[in-house]
Amino acid sequence: MNAAPLVALVGNPNAGKSALFNALTGARQKVGNYPGVTVERKSGRLVLDDGRPVELVDLPGAYSLEPSSPDERVTRDVVTGKGSLERRPDALVVVIDAANLDNHLRFALQLIALGLPVVVALNMVDLAERDGLVLDPAALSRDLGVPVIPTVAVRKRGLDDLKAQLTDTIGGGAPHAEPRTLETGGALQRRARQIAASAVVSEAPARRWANMADSIALHPVIGPMLLVAVLFVMFQAVFSWAAVPQDLIDSGFAWLEAAVKAALPDGFLQSMLADGLIAGVGAVIVFLPQILILFLFILVLEASGYMVRAAFLMDRLMATVGLSGRAFIPLLSSFACAVPGIMATRTIEDEKDRLTTILIAPLMTCSARWPVYTLIIGAMIPNREVMPFVRLQGLVMFGLLVMGIAGAYFAALVLRRTVTKGASSGFMMEMPKYQMPQLKDLAIGLWTRAVIFLKRAGTIIAATTLVLWLLLSFPKPPANSGISPVDYSVAGRIGDGIEVLVRPIGFNRDIALALLPAMAAREVAVSAIGTVYAIDDTSAGGEDKITEKLRGRWTLPTALAFLMWFVFAPQCISTIAVTRRETNGWKWPAFMVGYLFAAAYIMAGITYWLAVAAGL
Amino acid sequence: MDLSTPIRAALTLEKLPRRQRGTVASIDWNRLAEAEARRLRELGFDEGVGIEVLHRASLGRGPIACRIGRMTVALRRAVADTIHVAPLSVAAIA
Ligand SMILES: Nc1nc2c(ncn2[C@@H]2O[C@H](COP(=O)(O)OP(=O)(O)OP(=O)(O)O)[C@@H](O)[C@H]2O)c(=O)[nH]1
Ligand SMILES: [Mg+2]
Repeated sequence: MNAAPLVALVGNPNAGKSALFNALTGARQKVGNYPGVTVERKSGRLVLDDGRPVELVDLPGAYSLEPSSPDERVTRDVVTGKGSLERRPDALVVVIDAANLDNHLRFALQLIALGLPVVVALNMVDLAERDGLVLDPAALSRDLGVPVIPTVAVRKRGLDDLKAQLTDTIGGGAPHAEPRTLETGGALQRRARQIAASAVVSEAPARRWANMADSIALHPVIGPMLLVAVLFVMFQAVFSWAAVPQDLIDSGFAWLEAAVKAALPDGFLQSMLADGLIAGVGAVIVFLPQILILFLFILVLEASGYMVRAAFLMDRLMATVGLSGRAFIPLLSSFACAVPGIMATRTIEDEKDRLTTILIAPLMTCSARWPVYTLIIGAMIPNREVMPFVRLQGLVMFGLLVMGIAGAYFAALVLRRTVTKGASSGFMMEMPKYQMPQLKDLAIGLWTRAVIFLKRAGTIIAATTLVLWLLLSFPKPPANSGISPVDYSVAGRIGDGIEVLVRPIGFNRDIALALLPAMAAREVAVSAIGTVYAIDDTSAGGEDKITEKLRGRWTLPTALAFLMWFVFAPQCISTIAVTRRETNGWKWPAFMVGYLFAAAYIMAGITYWLAVAAGL
Repeated sequence: MDLSTPIRAALTLEKLPRRQRGTVASIDWNRLAEAEARRLRELGFDEGVGIEVLHRASLGRGPIACRIGRMTVALRRAVADTIHVAPLSVAAIA
């Protein structure tokens, strides 16, 4: 067997391993300016100068080989070859941040002592220079006893040298040395500092402007105000900037639907394509611009280094429910989608802390809820101006968002005192240097999200929509019977059955019908309602927009209850699946689904009856 | 050059005035949980390292951001209270 040699990128968090991995393999791994971006092993292919292929793996950052969180365990397992499926790497590329030498050398020394062939990538030399720090790689190489190559991963500097050195190191069949024993604790620390000090040629005093930026960002009063302002602008932008591209997409699909109706004869195929597929999928794809705008904001926050500052500001508040500021990062990314958010909890050290964060992550208003919220709010809530610049629709939207956060806060409070009881964990986090976001990274991040979203729309959403359309269309009622086709169909009858369960919280049959397929993905609720009303269309030309149909059939209390349901209901197969994977079993996903459905039912019920009592 | 001349008795990082530079005099390792102590070391906290408080979140009891070596680290006050700092005299800095 001659499998390609395995080379692992290892080093402290935020040293630039993934950036280097991308530059070397052409991959599109996520990079971000905070510790803990990469949480799983990813592999790619690199061709060396002598034409030999190498399997390169990107690993989560770690501070040592004694893991304190699940992501660091992944790294330890790969490097030591202890994981169940792992073969031991043939060589290591140890990535260190040149501007943070004393610290990163500590882990580097531990890795070198393992005895595997090592090449050190002295990364971020541009940032070291920005700080007025001049280093001598040759001296460093002498002290460490391994080759040291200066690199700037984001500008592809030093990559050729790195590849040449790797070719040498692997090509020469560098022998694996015996692991050496190493001093521990303070002694190791001191040696790392000594080596770092002797590698420094000259240094200038620390950067002033970065300190200035933090004086504002971390100011006890201005800091939190700035954070709230940033989040406010983010959510505001999602709705105001997206209007134009959304209208464009909307008219595109309307045109397509009309074209299909014109081109095909009336009947099965026409209805399936136009009413089922195009109307259903189109209703969801309209939300692509909003999702991309939200992601743009999150990506900029992540790339600039502000994310950890936000975690710092949030720590106090998170501590009141027994969590730490660290959990803020996965929770904020859950606003885009809970799946990567739940993955990102791997960086949380305390197990109970991590579990709590996983259990409340689905309460953050993920982007799949917007189609639902926007459709219902657009149809049922008047767009009155309640005060200058604040309209009722926006206010309701904001209220739902806050409702999710409040729900999560309350859930964490209860969970931490019951099922995930434990000592409150600490908060200790390294704050990255501020950086200007790289346009290319932002573009890659947006592109990746767009592809994921469109794939979802094209597969899971299209499929459930089609199945629903079929169930709604058959059997056909006898001609001239006057029975609505939906009432007579299989789906209509199933809906009648479910309606019994949800009638107490004000839901009608159409909602009952939409809830079931929306288990697959929340957006399907929108396409499902769209399909129900397209088939059941009684208007002469069938041109009534879905919003008009909603107005005719739903009462305001029903609509409000429906919105409240979606704040809580765990209607997402992917979230349940990732929770199962991250908690190694069905116990916690089952618990999560149970408590969230119970909360959804109760909150929707309360909303409905309060609204009815208020005479809405 | 003597950078470690303390001008007064060591105080903890929790009490260290902002922008007052110092060096870590000692750390009460045994007052920390094992994992906490390890992480503290891994972030570069050790006797003799230069340290400075940069920011304190929310006037009350929020976390502290400090510069340790070349790095900025956020930690909670309970942990900061185990870190004893010898402040540097103004003359020594200049
Ligand atoms: N200026 C500069 N920035 C860099 C360089 N290499 C990486 N970066 C930036 O540093 C940040 C961290 O890079 P990543 O590649 O995500 O770091 P990582 O080591 O994979 O981090 P984890 O996955 O969290 O362990 C990102 O914002 C990168 O754009 C470099 O050589 N110079
Ligand atoms: Mg990474």
